[in-house]
Amino acid sequence: MAKIRIGWFTFTCCEDSTIVFTELLNKHYKEWFEKFEFVHARILQKDDSKEIQQMDFAFVEGAISSDAQETKLKKIREMSTTLVAIGACAVTGAPSNQRNFFNEMQKKEIRDVLDKFKYKDKVMKLSEVVKVDIAVPGCPMNEQIFLELIKKVINNTTQSS
Amino acid sequence: MTYMHDGNFDIGDINKDTYSIKLDEISKIEGAASLEIKVTDGKVEDLKFSISEWKRFYTQAIQGKPVTAIPPLVARICGTCSNAHLLASLEAVENALSIKISDQTLLLRKLIFHGLIIRDHALHLYIFALPDVFKKNSILDFDMNDPVQHEFLDDAFAVKEVGNQLSIVVGGRSVHAPYPTVGGFLKLPKLDEIKNLVTSLKSIRPKVLKLIDLFAHSSFFHEVQAPFVFTSLVSKDFSYLEGTIQTSRGDMINEKEFGNHLNAVVIPYSHARGFSYDGQLMMVGAIARLTLGKQYLNPKTIESVKDLLPFFPTKNLFYNNLAQAIEILHSIDQSIEIIESLQAIQPEAPIKGAMKESTGVGVIEAPRGTLYYKLEIDEKGVVKRGEIVVPTGQNQVIMERAIREIVEELLSKNAVQEKIIYEVEKFIRAFDPCMSCASHFLKVKWK
Repeated sequence: MAKIRIGWFTFTCCEDSTIVFTELLNKHYKEWFEKFEFVHARILQKDDSKEIQQMDFAFVEGAISSDAQETKLKKIREMSTTLVAIGACAVTGAPSNQRNFFNEMQKKEIRDVLDKFKYKDKVMKLSEVVKVDIAVPGCPMNEQIFLELIKKVINNTTQSS
Repeated sequence: MTYMHDGNFDIGDINKDTYSIKLDEISKIEGAASLEIKVTDGKVEDLKFSISEWKRFYTQAIQGKPVTAIPPLVARICGTCSNAHLLASLEAVENALSIKISDQTLLLRKLIFHGLIIRDHALHLYIFALPDVFKKNSILDFDMNDPVQHEFLDDAFAVKEVGNQLSIVVGGRSVHAPYPTVGGFLKLPKLDEIKNLVTSLKSIRPKVLKLIDLFAHSSFFHEVQAPFVFTSLVSKDFSYLEGTIQTSRGDMINEKEFGNHLNAVVIPYSHARGFSYDGQLMMVGAIARLTLGKQYLNPKTIESVKDLLPFFPTKNLFYNNLAQAIEILHSIDQSIEIIESLQAIQPEAPIKGAMKESTGVGVIEAPRGTLYYKLEIDEKGVVKRGEIVVPTGQNQVIMERAIREIVEELLSKNAVQEKIIYEVEKFIRAFDPCMSCASHFLKVKWK
């Protein structure tokens, strides 16, 4: 049976959900390594591909801070059947979007950095850029919701093939 | 040998002696970093190691917030070592409010921290660094029919899980632990659940000895030529949380003074700021801790690795891997000792401090090195200013210097570009940089 093609992507955030994911592997790696093909996952492997590959599921954590990130996210959307927003920054934008709410003095302090590296004016949650199919909220992501999702993904794919 | 194909770099020129290498997103590290090397006539003309994470401006975000709200917020600076940010900022807040925590609180925090060291070092050594040892792209490529590789894969997850459980049982969660709070614990762990961890801690000890042996006999080698100084917080029980700052040139300073010795080094092409110690290149992390405090490791650990301790001090920075593996063993042995001596968990409420205009410093040894917090608060307990210096910032300058040395040495041996990239990535991974930490809060002035 063909493996389920998944990608794991990180934008602006603290990568706490990636860490939770690597801790969930402790108990589930045998099953997940057997069922999933990790098409993109920089935390686990070098990425040989210049371009984003076709995926059944793209798991995306973090908020969007730059045009380059926005372009990449749109490409991920295009290449994935199902896009899952992972954790608070992807789902709600917070806390990575805290600069959106800065006062004038705070904004002035960070202006040079924003200009120099071409940051977007506002940090965006994923659904402001692309259609999000499923959201796993939490800071870090809620483990139970994620595990139930993965269980469904494995069961549905097994039944339909 | 063959080198892994890497689609992540661009090789510019076809001329053999003049070319540029650009690595956009270095894999198997925490966060995003990039490297640009320009070679002209077989010599390094330009080399830039930069942190390419997008900032979240925590230094600004904490301004104007009540000081007691800071620790759970700054824990979100880094998912990998969030509990280090939590405990360092708690110490800074408690010092600002003149709160003296109880012995029980300190002991439980030490346990949380040993859990962090076990799971964080294990993530780095097994998932990030081990594939380099076996010349694989990823732990996903380990050969399940090879008993050695199969066993290391199983060990990886078994060891990580024990550290994870230790953090969960004592702190409530291994990432952004909800129990620790200013002055104590919001919820106290259960004694029987802590006691139950001893069996699993003992069960991973032989696995970690195997890991230590592997990195002790690794052929990875680069001695840094540039003069530099190791710095670390050193404590009698190697707890990562207490002690005085010591350096390999013999300084011994109070943690409150540490900030005065750190000089910011602006790196214009990086999103983060580098640091030096009194103007000298500095290195922090497990290799610095072993160099300066190896005599304070748990006696059982010392007994098990006594043949390896003379490896430190060393200038071979690849031994950071070995030092981390030894620290996992120490954290296992130390946790067992602490847990076995625990008689009861007293129902203590968090100690409250009186708000006053004040400055508090908190310094701990995060998994990757010294983590410094300084918080200035007003009479109502609102944060006026904060400063946070993370380990990867302190290591960034020497990391770039050492990469340049490696590239120059390889060029002098006529190494091909693929070899250069492979060696440099391997070296960067041995440093175990943490880009989430490094890039998200520092105020930078551009020229």
